[in-house]
Amino acid sequence: MSEAAAAGAREIAASVYRTESRRVFATLIRLLGDFDVAEEALHDAFRAALEQWPRDGVPANPRAWLVSAGRFKAIDGIRRRARFVALDDVAEQVEAIPDEASSWDEDSIEDDRMRLVFTCCHPALAPDAQVALTLREVCGLTTEEIAQAYLTSAPTMAQRIVRAKGKIRDARIPYQVPTPEDLPERLDSVLRVVYLVFNEGYSASSGDSVTRLDLSAEAIRLGRLLLELLPEPEVMGLLALMLVQESRRAARTSPSGDLILLADQDRALWNRDLIAEGSALVEKALLSRRFGPYSLQAAIAALHGEAPSADATDWVEIVGLYDVLMRIDPSPVVELNRAVAVAMRDGPAAGLALIDAILARGDLRDYHLAHAAHADMSRRLGKAAQARVSYERAIALTRQGPEQRFLERRLAELPV
Amino acid sequence: MKFLCLIRAEKVMEQMPKADADAHFEEYRRFTEELRKSGHYVACNRLVPSAAATTVRVRQGKISAIDGPYAETKEQLGGYYVVETRDLSEAIQLAAKIPGARLGSVEVREVAEDEQTLRALGMLAPEVTS
Repeated sequence: MSEAAAAGAREIAASVYRTESRRVFATLIRLLGDFDVAEEALHDAFRAALEQWPRDGVPANPRAWLVSAGRFKAIDGIRRRARFVALDDVAEQVEAIPDEASSWDEDSIEDDRMRLVFTCCHPALAPDAQVALTLREVCGLTTEEIAQAYLTSAPTMAQRIVRAKGKIRDARIPYQVPTPEDLPERLDSVLRVVYLVFNEGYSASSGDSVTRLDLSAEAIRLGRLLLELLPEPEVMGLLALMLVQESRRAARTSPSGDLILLADQDRALWNRDLIAEGSALVEKALLSRRFGPYSLQAAIAALHGEAPSADATDWVEIVGLYDVLMRIDPSPVVELNRAVAVAMRDGPAAGLALIDAILARGDLRDYHLAHAAHADMSRRLGKAAQARVSYERAIALTRQGPEQRFLERRLAELPV
Repeated sequence: MKFLCLIRAEKVMEQMPKADADAHFEEYRRFTEELRKSGHYVACNRLVPSAAATTVRVRQGKISAIDGPYAETKEQLGGYYVVETRDLSEAIQLAAKIPGARLGSVEVREVAEDEQTLRALGMLAPEVTS
């Protein structure tokens, strides 16, 4: 083959790696039954591609070729190591690998990706392990990238991943898509992981994001993949929620890194395409009548997104949505957010009464936003002394950063 | 990314019965062959066993070479591998396969490949100007 064609083949191998490596990996895990073996096989397969494609030409179905090569190298590896392992075990291992015919039709590859996502998000794993494993094995991030994004060290993150894989092996967590009965709960787990990743990226300060991985973009990418594999209403809802929240990224911090409240944001900076996409997804989700909390939160976010100004926000509709949310997924935080919306619809006194009731029950006593909301409504009612107490409580509960600075400024603005 | 895998063991091969030492050598031969085939291999060496290491220091122009380190444990540094992997997790996976990992421990350290280091060590690839 000519030098130019060989170089072209190498280019294609590299680009196939970028776009297909996670899919090939998912299939290899299913075939080989082990994360680490599959990773080695993937590595071997791509090495083989870099050697052989420039020589023999790019295969008609690169993905299938890679799965086949990876599988072959893995079997070869098992045989070569056989001298350390009882012959029975070798035969068992090799037999356990399904033959090639079933390996690579389009449907089974999509199933494989789903299997991988559900396995990484298995409830038997600790939540931070689910996140780390998903980011590494589904999104293809390196351990170092994940560690940096979560502001931990690479060895800590590597340990978390090693333990998670060990747990999968020891607990014999199967590489399976959940049965229809188990699906709602298992899907919950997956959606929670995706939203955790998104929120981690959402609160990252813009100053750091030059070197820190954009977790929000990664989460949205994951959400899109999930939607492709599983067009369920709540998957639509989660993706919509992330898109609409992401649409405000440019508007929510000032150049100096200070927090800007939703009501004060420059709406011209909102990404209208993301809002439109999110709104369309919300509509589809709500029409299905099988929607859940993510879809409702997305609907609320979309209402904000569509309001031309803070004053023109449809608070009546928003409170209505919170009423539904309270019925299907009640929690003190949802109750708090509803109280804030009620204050916008009916005035701060109504909202304050609701927040007082929550705090009196003993809920959210350590939640800084409860006290911040309480302070804000007290301030609007002219109750400066009460507002001061609540601002101070909120400040004591926040960590350093934009939120604390914002609250301190509000505190300073109170009449003495 | 490159990682240095430092192999430590309490019992080094010289202290094993010959049959065990031979078997251990064979394990290393096999592991290293696999590592080379896998494309992860960068370098490796075994260290000559000695009763103690020598630690060299220079202070105010004076060289001192003293016996040591006096390890708190009985573990000795037996050798190392340098490997090229996607990330730390992959390096750990490889390190776990080093035969010494089963008898002692392997410390995995990332090799610095930042520009300043590479330039200082004369390892920067020459710039392509044409």
